[in-house]
Amino acid sequence: MPSIAPRLARRFRLILAAAAIPFLAGCNMVVLDPAGDVARQQGNLILVSTGLMLLIIVPVMALTILFAWRYRAANRQATYRPDWDHSTQLELVIWAAPLLIIICLGAVTWVATHLLDPYRPLARTAPGQAIAAETQPIDVQVVALDWKWLFIYPEQGIATVNELALPVNHPVRFRISASSVMNSFYIPALAGQIYAMPGMETKLHGVFNETGQYTGFSANYSGAGFSDMRFAVKSLSDAGFAQWVAETKAGGGTLDRAAYLKLEKPSEKVPVQRFASVEPQLFDAVVNLCVEPGKMCMHDMMSIDAAGGAGIAGIRNVRSLTYDKFAARGTEPGYWGKRYVGALCSSPLLAQDDRPDATPVDLAPLTGAGLPSPGEPDSAAVALASRPAPRS
Amino acid sequence: MTPHPAPETGPFLGRLSLDALPLHEPILVVTFIAVAIGGLAIIAAITRYRLWGYLWKEWFTTIDHKRIGIMYMILGLVMFLRGFSDAIMMRLQQAMAFGGSEGYLPAHHYDQVFTAHGVIMIFFVAMPFITGLMNYVVPLQIGARDVSFPFLNNFSFWMTTAGAVLCMISLFVGEFAQTGWLAYPPLSGIAYSPNVGVDYYIWSLQIAGVGTTLSGINLIVTILKLRAPGMGLMKMPVFTWTSLCANILIVASFPVLTACLALLSLDRYVGTNFFTNDFGGSAMMYVNLIWIWGHPEVYILILPLFGVFSEVTSTFSGKKLFGYTSMVYATVCITILSYIVWLHHFFTMGSGASVNSFFGITTMVISIPTGAKLFNWLFTMYRGRIRFELPMMWTVAFMLTFVVGGMTGVLLAVPPADFVLHNSLFLIAHFHNVIIGGVLFGLFAAINYWWPKAFGFKLDVFWGKVSFWCWVVGFWLAFMPLYILGLMGVTRRMRVFDDPGLQIWFVIAGIGAAVIAVGIAAMLVQFAVSIWKRDQLRDESGDPWGGRTLEWATSSPPPVYNFAFTPVIHDLDAWHDMKARGAARPTSGFRDIHMPANTGAGVILAGISLVMGFALVWHIWWLAGLSFVALVATAIGHTFNYKRDYDIPAAAIAEVEDARTRQLAAAGA
Repeated sequence: MPSIAPRLARRFRLILAAAAIPFLAGCNMVVLDPAGDVARQQGNLILVSTGLMLLIIVPVMALTILFAWRYRAANRQATYRPDWDHSTQLELVIWAAPLLIIICLGAVTWVATHLLDPYRPLARTAPGQAIAAETQPIDVQVVALDWKWLFIYPEQGIATVNELALPVNHPVRFRISASSVMNSFYIPALAGQIYAMPGMETKLHGVFNETGQYTGFSANYSGAGFSDMRFAVKSLSDAGFAQWVAETKAGGGTLDRAAYLKLEKPSEKVPVQRFASVEPQLFDAVVNLCVEPGKMCMHDMMSIDAAGGAGIAGIRNVRSLTYDKFAARGTEPGYWGKRYVGALCSSPLLAQDDRPDATPVDLAPLTGAGLPSPGEPDSAAVALASRPAPRS
Repeated sequence: MTPHPAPETGPFLGRLSLDALPLHEPILVVTFIAVAIGGLAIIAAITRYRLWGYLWKEWFTTIDHKRIGIMYMILGLVMFLRGFSDAIMMRLQQAMAFGGSEGYLPAHHYDQVFTAHGVIMIFFVAMPFITGLMNYVVPLQIGARDVSFPFLNNFSFWMTTAGAVLCMISLFVGEFAQTGWLAYPPLSGIAYSPNVGVDYYIWSLQIAGVGTTLSGINLIVTILKLRAPGMGLMKMPVFTWTSLCANILIVASFPVLTACLALLSLDRYVGTNFFTNDFGGSAMMYVNLIWIWGHPEVYILILPLFGVFSEVTSTFSGKKLFGYTSMVYATVCITILSYIVWLHHFFTMGSGASVNSFFGITTMVISIPTGAKLFNWLFTMYRGRIRFELPMMWTVAFMLTFVVGGMTGVLLAVPPADFVLHNSLFLIAHFHNVIIGGVLFGLFAAINYWWPKAFGFKLDVFWGKVSFWCWVVGFWLAFMPLYILGLMGVTRRMRVFDDPGLQIWFVIAGIGAAVIAVGIAAMLVQFAVSIWKRDQLRDESGDPWGGRTLEWATSSPPPVYNFAFTPVIHDLDAWHDMKARGAARPTSGFRDIHMPANTGAGVILAGISLVMGFALVWHIWWLAGLSFVALVATAIGHTFNYKRDYDIPAAAIAEVEDARTRQLAAAGA
């Protein structure tokens, strides 16, 4: 399929293009004519699938018109057989024909879905251009904020808002999350979209084959500022990218936790911003919903829970939010208050660990699990006594 | 953007205050004035002509499935006009907002408009339309006197109406949700939607959902238990079959929606964390739950219309339906398969390739039975003698339109293709292609087909054709540009655009919507003209189209008891079989018929539910508690109502049937 698809696609593209020229002259169908290898394969798949289905759709439409005309009541020459209602051969054909098409399309789907899985590292940058084993993709961490995009380049140690620059013909690996609500990260010229969701991390691989200026945006409605949640995408030559990184580094600005918390407040039509340095592990803190100082990270919470939970002490370990990130989106103080689980230990998340992928933290720093929340030493005995035994 | 802070909560009126009235929005003020004037005019007219008693006794409290069916259709039509106004507003905004223009709708208003459009069109237009249709036709097709639970039927209708009314109240008191029609959390959670919009959404769907679920149970029992003697399952008309499957889907899937919304309301009302970001909540869980309901829902909508097309094709081709058995099996296949495809609505949320492929392929498999159905209609036309009356015109338009929507649907089921088309205007074009091309065209076929049965006269053909051509042309004009825009990478729910190159397509789509508006107007004119000229259009026979199923055996409109004698079925196409065998209509030997009596309990219960929903939306706790108590008390009180039935004496039946005999004789002469 991988070798035959482009050829088929080219043929269908010609046919469809010929049919559509009068209508579509001058409109830029970026989905069918993108600048990146992944998106191009996805676009080709659209054409191949459409072609396969037209094999049955066109005859059906033609037959509908033919029968409607031929067997109109006014045409007394046509055969009329009012009681004919069954034909085993015909029934076999009408079930088998769609079945055959779906078997073909199902096979194409299975293969293409695995080959174009957004989580799968790229094997090539373009048809025939395999990626050498030692080539490391460039990492970009993406955070969908209210209503702008944050891009962190962990290797370069820089970050940008609403501007994404990438070196051409170099594979890119995105790690994607969000600060508040669901968005979808989509650069049509590069590759298909994937959701950006708070407390979760998604991945996407892509590569640009042409230099140029493109647009990316959120493809999932996320609130009032959604329409303007667009960002510039620059596909640059290697030299151009190096220069862009150097410029960004020279430009100054630091994205630490405090700056991030300010940045994530809702704002619309945000101009491009660049940060010369960025706090390491900021993205992991975003994914684990613990950028706010003193808030327990999700993976710590899960580790504690997996070890049997923190018992009564865990219930007490809930604090009022000192920083209310929701307020700007209109939240009332609330009957229930905005609360969060306090961190049990003050060491920042994975501070010594600079691996690109988050892995479950080991339990060593969490030996305090089950102890009362800080500032309540008196209840230690109660908490320890009521702590359930670990399940394992 | 101006943040909309949540209002203060008072002890007496909860969050409700004068600020809730959108006096600062001129569009809404004008709409309110128009609605108020129209409403007052209607109330004045009803009072002037002393119709309140008639409406209450003959319609509001009726348990006659035919009248309830008609009331469902009226509800659907009224809500359709609202939903379509939303559509026109969106088209206008998107055609205007280019090159720095903000259009005429601010985000706060625009985001409510597209949410309301989706919610209203699915829950308060499509659902009442198909429920009304099934209510009217199914008991007649199976030779029953009414549904199994006539009071429940009345109650279901009023609960659906109460949901619709609550949804409409949000237009003038407070606001509606700004979340998109499925209200994904975290956006719909209390943290990001602190105001009343999502609460209106939740309670209008929950109240209407009670009606939908109960009506589903009612129709399943009716179809399984009340068929005329001789009508085995494989002798049921296809419309009854597809209705059965649709109602099974309703009963199996609506509780999931109810549970899903209940969890969301717990998050919003009592601070639980099912779908929140913090405290271990998972928004993905909501997305799964809502689509486990949501995908069967689209088959709930389309299946009954597949039945309509089968009836219409067979009748107007003057021919038995080709491949009845395979049609039934195809319907059942679709019913089952519709449960194992839901994940295709979120391929882009990071499931693995194998999971995505599985759900992609199961989705495609649905196209096999659907394709078989299409071929069956095609070969029903083959060697037929096709009369192109309005229902048949809609059917052919459906066949040509729906295959395109089916094709783009299968395309979207290919996960890598979905990655570039998900949430795009291509998707919007696809589902409008199947819902307008399938559900609405089917409804229009059904309305034109069964109108003479319901009212005793046909619909005007000229205005019907005007409406038909405006709809068909308008549909293609309005939605083909959206396919193209989707391929240009334009996403849905956008309020403003940067690229001026896109504008022309939105303008074309807007023109298409305007043509559809003419089609809708022509349809209203068609109804009015037909009522005006009803004497010329009158059908005395009860069987104006040469029908094949039982509903055409009785008079138009049918008497309250439907059939003086329960017919005995020997063949599929029972009425065609009776006509072929020359079975005589019984004219004597009538017996008393036992019928259910009207009751106002349904209206009252639904009215109290509406009050309770409103109180919950606005946090008026005392009123919510009070109405809950009243609800339970009324329900218990209703169980002590022993005047639930009456007998129609044989003499009265003889009178009605003799009149019918004379009418038939006059028509035949």
